[in-house]
Amino acid sequence: MDFSPFWLSFKLAGLTTLILFIIALPLAWWLSQTHSKSKPFIEAMTALPIVLPPSVLGFYLLVVLSPNSALGGFFEDVFGLKLVFSFTGLVVASCFYSLPFMVQPLQSGFEGLNKHMLEASYLAGKNKIQTVLRVALPNMKPSLLTALIITFAHTVGEFGVVLMIGGSIPEETKVASVAIYEMVELMEYGKAHIYSGIMLLMSFLVLLSVYIFNHKQKTKIGLV
Amino acid sequence: MIDINIQKELHGSLGKMHLKVNVHIRQGEFIALMGESGSGKTTLLRVLAGLVQSEGEVRVEGISWKHLPVQQREIGFVFQDYALFDNMSVEENLLFVNDDKALACELLEMTALTALKARNVTGLSGGQQQRVALCRAMMKRPKLLLMDEPLSALGEQMRKSIQEEIKTLHERFSMTTIMVSHNASEVFTLASRVLVLNQGDIIQDGVPKVVLQSRSMQSVEVLALTQNAEKTIATLSQYGELLEVEVDAKTQVGDKINIEIKAEQI
Repeated sequence: MDFSPFWLSFKLAGLTTLILFIIALPLAWWLSQTHSKSKPFIEAMTALPIVLPPSVLGFYLLVVLSPNSALGGFFEDVFGLKLVFSFTGLVVASCFYSLPFMVQPLQSGFEGLNKHMLEASYLAGKNKIQTVLRVALPNMKPSLLTALIITFAHTVGEFGVVLMIGGSIPEETKVASVAIYEMVELMEYGKAHIYSGIMLLMSFLVLLSVYIFNHKQKTKIGLV
Repeated sequence: MIDINIQKELHGSLGKMHLKVNVHIRQGEFIALMGESGSGKTTLLRVLAGLVQSEGEVRVEGISWKHLPVQQREIGFVFQDYALFDNMSVEENLLFVNDDKALACELLEMTALTALKARNVTGLSGGQQQRVALCRAMMKRPKLLLMDEPLSALGEQMRKSIQEEIKTLHERFSMTTIMVSHNASEVFTLASRVLVLNQGDIIQDGVPKVVLQSRSMQSVEVLALTQNAEKTIATLSQYGELLEVEVDAKTQVGDKINIEIKAEQI
């Protein structure tokens, strides 16, 4: 039994979660604090991957990241990075695909914080970065955990975009969901059952851990 | 000396209004800021703290704070809802402001919080949380302490006890203090000067006894009536207290009646 597709899925999900956390943290903070007229536009852009068919997102990413495009050509010529049918391409595509799953829980966590608590931190002489790291994030642990876990789980489970951008190159782009699709096509239902069962169990355990943690946090602060 | 000369357009309870404040405050004064809801009291505190922008400027000991960010102002601020850092213990809340353990110890001792210093703030009572908020505001050794109705959510006994602690802290650190309050007895106990805001303007400025006495004749709305065969009692709200006065039997809820309160009765 080849478990490399699972390892690839987790590597992809881990990297995507890490990169997205770094990108989405300032974006979610800005969205939660701004009164700019551009806010709805940015929010709509960020949420697009939730409603777009993965094939549409995959198609546009394929067009933009291919070596024939300006961006794809630039990355290949300057950095030697191939952005389609490669693991790097999968990471880039996953960052687009999973962006709302990181931004939205963080934004809602920031928005739910007591505004006076943030102001008390500024009055204590702390700048915005110190306030976010030492006051905001520790006081919105359920939202933080939801953002990290859901982004990770959603990336593990993605199929359409990775198939379009990465294809199915063993140990390079053949993640678990793509491997299951291929097994079904080859009518290897036994293997497909094992792979699907593992995915089902892991997804359930991940979601269960989020809900248990959030329930404990709410009990701790007296909401339940 | 603190010179406040600010203007700001506000959207108050009665529509658009202009906050116009021009006052001089001496070092160490304890100012009580009174006035109806929506008259601009909290906004004035927030402008002084640098949390909202305004026209004009605030000068502290001759230095303009106009372009000074909130982080660099020597301000202590006590919020009405305490706004403690829930992820920290009592002591950590204080040390977050200034890593001065000796000062933190002294403040916790003065407010009888030493035994609770390792406890998380979410497990404290309202009175204890208010004490922590007060200590936290003092950790910067502020030139100006601002308090937005700090005791309004507390019961009478707790309110009196914390009033004493505020008084002790003020005597110990001699910081200039501005406190928003609706409670006349609190103002009498703590303040050396009272400013009354109305629709963004300071309409009265003086020592508590004189200001509250001059405000004694007032038109107040009847909130409730209790009638029996002999008399009719109206319930009114003034200075944050509920008052009961005997009125004419024809009086109805919602009517405005004139009352006179003598300072010594408050």
